[in-house]
Amino acid sequence: MALGAGESVSITGELPELATVAWRARADERSLRRADRLWTLSAIAHELPFLGTAVGLPLLDPVLLPVSVFALAFAWAIPELHAARGAGVLRAPRPRGAGVRGAPHVRDAAEPGAPRACGAGALGAPRATARSTVAERRALGLLGDLVDHETRQLLTATGMVLQRGRFGVWLVAPAGAVLVRPGGRRVQCYCVRVPDEGLPASDRVAHLLLALRADESGFATVANLSFSGAGWRLRRRLAPAARAGLTAATAAARAY
Amino acid sequence: MSRLVRLDQTGHTVLAQWSPGDSVGMQAAQHALDTELERGYFAVASEPDGTATAVRQLPLDAELVILRRPIAGG
Repeated sequence: MALGAGESVSITGELPELATVAWRARADERSLRRADRLWTLSAIAHELPFLGTAVGLPLLDPVLLPVSVFALAFAWAIPELHAARGAGVLRAPRPRGAGVRGAPHVRDAAEPGAPRACGAGALGAPRATARSTVAERRALGLLGDLVDHETRQLLTATGMVLQRGRFGVWLVAPAGAVLVRPGGRRVQCYCVRVPDEGLPASDRVAHLLLALRADESGFATVANLSFSGAGWRLRRRLAPAARAGLTAATAAARAY
Repeated sequence: MSRLVRLDQTGHTVLAQWSPGDSVGMQAAQHALDTELERGYFAVASEPDGTATAVRQLPLDAELVILRRPIAGG
């Protein structure tokens, strides 16, 4: 086989995985904005009945005030639950041997009690062994080679990678990615998984990063949107490491 | 020296290396790439400027070609 320097062939620049979600329209700026609006409308539709109840019942009869308080609590809890679901994308799948010596370096990125990582059930969680620790280091070394110095520092501190894109700034974690929209106020959380149980966490990040770099629109199409809303709402659900990642992404997005 | 690397459970594995003009190394790399594509891997040429391109044939001018598993919505 004769190979020449000009023979590299791109798959029309698209993610091959798009074939598995052929029914989905390709994500673009317009569809992302529409998703933002729909999430906001959905949140309002969920909250209005509770807020109406909270205001209306005491007017009918003051003795119903306790019910009003419950309704207010529900109205507060609904967006919090949505944000907690979104925070799952920044939570690393917990290794079964977590806490033992030699466990992978990647930090658990969400608070205890927060929902499990996106796709964690499907991914499983490899036991932390000496072999998996070596694999994690090798994976981290390659991932470090793929990013610049500034991002490498963030990677070391948080286990996550920051990637600037057309739609905003992405914070890529092992179980998904958060897109901080230009301006830095709004975020979208995407669940994405690599269906290989034994992959090191840094390899998972590398998988998602490479797919994102190859086709940002395709990546947003293949991934499942798990939350869209205010960045501050998501931030409250994150552990310090993930919060630091989100802060860096938000700062970068403000410059858009 | 260009490298063909597979992301796997060991962290990563270097499957082939080649230099400009090294036709034997290039053919070995292309063969390794074809084998992994048949096994369901996807190839991405990673550029030093932080861009990446999905490829099915070996981009001989690329420094790093990475084989990855398909991703899916979680």
